[in-house]
Amino acid sequence: MNLLHWAWGIVLCWIGLAVGGLAISGQPRLVRRLLLPLGAMGALALAAVGTLALSAPAMQLVLPIGLPELPLHLRLDALSGFFLILLGGAAFGVTIYAIGYFRHMPPGQLALLSTWYHLFLAGMAMVLLADDAYAFMVAWEVMALASYFLVTTDHNIPAIRRAGFLYLLIAHIGAVALLIAFGVLHGPGAGQMAAYTFDAMRQTEHTPFWASVAFLLALFGFGAKAGLVPLHVWLPEAHPAAPSPVSALMSGVMLKTAIYGLLRVTFDLLDMQFAWWGTLALALGLATALYGVIFAAVQSDMKRLLAWSSIENIGFILAGFGLTLIFYVDGKGALAALTLTALLYHSLNHAFFKGLLFVGTGNVLHATGERRMGRLGGLMRYMPWTGWLMLVGVLAIAGLPPLNGFVSEWLLLQAFLLTPGLTQPYLNMVIPVAAALVVLAAALAAYVMVKFYGVIFLGQTRDPEIKHAHEAGRPERLGMLWLAAGCAVLGLFPSQIIDAMAPVLQTLIHQNLVNEGGWLMVAPLSAERASYAPLVFLTVAASITLLVFIGVRRIYHGRVRLAAPWDCGYPEQDTRMQDTAEGFGQPIRHIFSAFMRVERELPGPFDRQPRYHGDSQDRLWFLLYKPIADLSDWLSGQASRLQHGRIQWYLIYSFATLIFLLIFVSH
Amino acid sequence: MDLGVAFQITQTLLALLLAPLLMGWVNICRAWLQGRSAPPLLQPYYTLQKLFYKDAVLARDATRLFRFAPYLILACMVLAAGIVPTLVNNLPFSPAADVIALVGLFALARVFLALAAMDIGTAFGSLGARREMLVSFLAEPALLMVFFTASLISQSTELPSIVDRLAHQEFAIHPSLAFAAVAFWMVATAENARIPVDNPTTHLELTMIHEAMILEYSARHLALIEWAVALKLFTYLTLGIALFLPWGIAPAGDLAALPIALLALLAKLTVGGAVLALWETVNAKMRLFRAPEFLGTAFMLAVIGMLVHFLLEP
Repeated sequence: MNLLHWAWGIVLCWIGLAVGGLAISGQPRLVRRLLLPLGAMGALALAAVGTLALSAPAMQLVLPIGLPELPLHLRLDALSGFFLILLGGAAFGVTIYAIGYFRHMPPGQLALLSTWYHLFLAGMAMVLLADDAYAFMVAWEVMALASYFLVTTDHNIPAIRRAGFLYLLIAHIGAVALLIAFGVLHGPGAGQMAAYTFDAMRQTEHTPFWASVAFLLALFGFGAKAGLVPLHVWLPEAHPAAPSPVSALMSGVMLKTAIYGLLRVTFDLLDMQFAWWGTLALALGLATALYGVIFAAVQSDMKRLLAWSSIENIGFILAGFGLTLIFYVDGKGALAALTLTALLYHSLNHAFFKGLLFVGTGNVLHATGERRMGRLGGLMRYMPWTGWLMLVGVLAIAGLPPLNGFVSEWLLLQAFLLTPGLTQPYLNMVIPVAAALVVLAAALAAYVMVKFYGVIFLGQTRDPEIKHAHEAGRPERLGMLWLAAGCAVLGLFPSQIIDAMAPVLQTLIHQNLVNEGGWLMVAPLSAERASYAPLVFLTVAASITLLVFIGVRRIYHGRVRLAAPWDCGYPEQDTRMQDTAEGFGQPIRHIFSAFMRVERELPGPFDRQPRYHGDSQDRLWFLLYKPIADLSDWLSGQASRLQHGRIQWYLIYSFATLIFLLIFVSH
Repeated sequence: MDLGVAFQITQTLLALLLAPLLMGWVNICRAWLQGRSAPPLLQPYYTLQKLFYKDAVLARDATRLFRFAPYLILACMVLAAGIVPTLVNNLPFSPAADVIALVGLFALARVFLALAAMDIGTAFGSLGARREMLVSFLAEPALLMVFFTASLISQSTELPSIVDRLAHQEFAIHPSLAFAAVAFWMVATAENARIPVDNPTTHLELTMIHEAMILEYSARHLALIEWAVALKLFTYLTLGIALFLPWGIAPAGDLAALPIALLALLAKLTVGGAVLALWETVNAKMRLFRAPEFLGTAFMLAVIGMLVHFLLEP
């Protein structure tokens, strides 16, 4: 029994749980109390297997299932191991949370959900373990379909069905691109199934042209899954539609499988890389990050805001990927190692903080039944646990020290600083300036998160009914606590985590990242250059806070008087005078108005009951998707002219087809 | 090491104590330039003492976040003051954070202030929070470009290395730093809520940015925030000194250079405060949506500085 057997065993367990859920669909308590906890244990075990696999040599397994000539190939190396940790770690917290979250679901629906949920987990794990194109595509489709059914859990709402369809459509356009990419990558002996194992692809020498074609197809296919602009349109629709734990898994983990695939194809399966691939990925990544965060800032639906923020984070990761390629091709191995570390670190971070934020919105949704931020407010007072745990997630995603978001951002910025060492002219001047885009997006992310947290959790309750909001149950809190602890640990112990990532770097680019800082401090490349010690940072900050607190209390007094808010003495303030989500996003809408299409309905000056409606829409939807949708609509309209419902016409069609085929065959 | 720790604590405490004095000096200069009779130099200390003695008035709905934020904000600023070399270089705490972490530290304080401002749920609080976050996301890229230029010259983002390279090794003229310095000055005025982006002495709520956020604070909480504001201005000025005028900062372990370092620091701060007062007197506060242009100019200057470095300083 090696680690790969264990990983495969866990996947089988998940499939077993999926089938088992259907068998006991009449007993919701059993589904919640037994199946989901077992699934969570599986996730934890998978994370443990991934951790052990980091330091173990790559192992392979061939199972006699699948196509006759192509048995199922599995492989577990450091890269798969790293992403298994990401999957297991985030899925454990989310699944624990789900135990509480699905408490009030009708029994049949719950069993079905548990089935798709475990199949989704199994699909993602299989994507990471697959070692031939067939197994990969099957796992990829299982993942896509299971998540489609999870997104459409509330399928009686038309908007959710529409969101699910859009997701399915783009997922499949991406899958087709991947299929062709694997076709391009195939090993010697086209037409034979054995040419489609990853091992055969690794050993093949590709021509530069076909390598580039394969890379572009992979970038398109994986980009569609990850939410790369302009293939991002499904994310802001599908994430709000799904139940919160599912959104957490989709955003936190599923998007990362695309990053895994991109890394696997580019650095493992392809035998050559070009700098322009990196430049392309960098440009697309930066555009995605900026586009995502600008739209996140103008959203008024809390889950939609988080979905846009996921697009932003994927942009960061892709920018890191592009930079890694550029450094790697340029022969700057140590710098490629730095950027690769940054991108892997950010993937892991995003799984934890975005998972935490999404499940947190689930608590809000359960307590208030409201997703529009304009109706929420002041929830900190009614839901203190959710409030404080969400604060951790918000600070982490805003990239503030000493939490985890800052570490990966810091590493990425250090990498950008080193680009003047590149040998390509112009590139070495332009890329450092591009770093400003990263900072702009990061600073905007802080803006978005202040808006998100401030409007939902702080201030006065905007809707009187929200005062009945209740705190979430124990499993929910436990799940959130796990994810928040993950954010803290990833933030405070970066040097240990970077050390643990070393085998991944070895696998992909055969390089090590030198950390000169010891266990306390990260100092990539050299301690003279840059260093950051979050633990020292936190200790000193906490002790100064404590000292100031004790000092002020000791020397002076702790007297407090409670009174009404002052607000410059204006007596008639009410809760509607606070900034709403739209109000807080107004400066962004003003400055970046070129990016979006704004629809506004303003009340007239004499309206007795003034109503304001504002909606900022994605211009790319109207530029790229709407014409295609209209065209296919028109084409199908034209095609429907053929349908008359008269039997004579159909006989003529059959006859014409027959004639055509005869002519075709005879030539 | 022990000497280093002693220096570290002394320097940080010195910053903490001198910060209100700098504020008083700027206020005096501005009063002189505007033809008013000046307040006493020690006025900020009197104000702080008065505030500490008063009973804190809190809004009934204030959460713990609101009460906790001032302590954290002051701690962030003290930490920042501990990182920037003002008197002595290579202090033991410096490697814990480089300039990028310093930007993160300022951002942490800012986010907490903005969240605290939104906590009570007043109209002005959320207005101030929104505007503050607006100014900050415009200022941060420009600030980072300035740091990039400085770090390209010294091949490091560590402040001690930058100071060491510029002050203690062979003298060289860096034209790129001139552009960066102007950009830094513009960003610093915006980040410290000074004219032309914000007006620290305004009484007109609708034009407020920073002041709108702290309207609900009183007594010791307000005192802590005011102190943190003074310390932030002090830290930004010393940061500017460390990046662009580092001459005089004592090398690590050089006790003899200390008196000169102290004198140099005081002289630079005196001049810096006076220049700030002059800048605030000759400029007018601009409309909020002109701020992107102002900070965009700062960003472009910093980029030009960087390109100048690539082209002229191989």
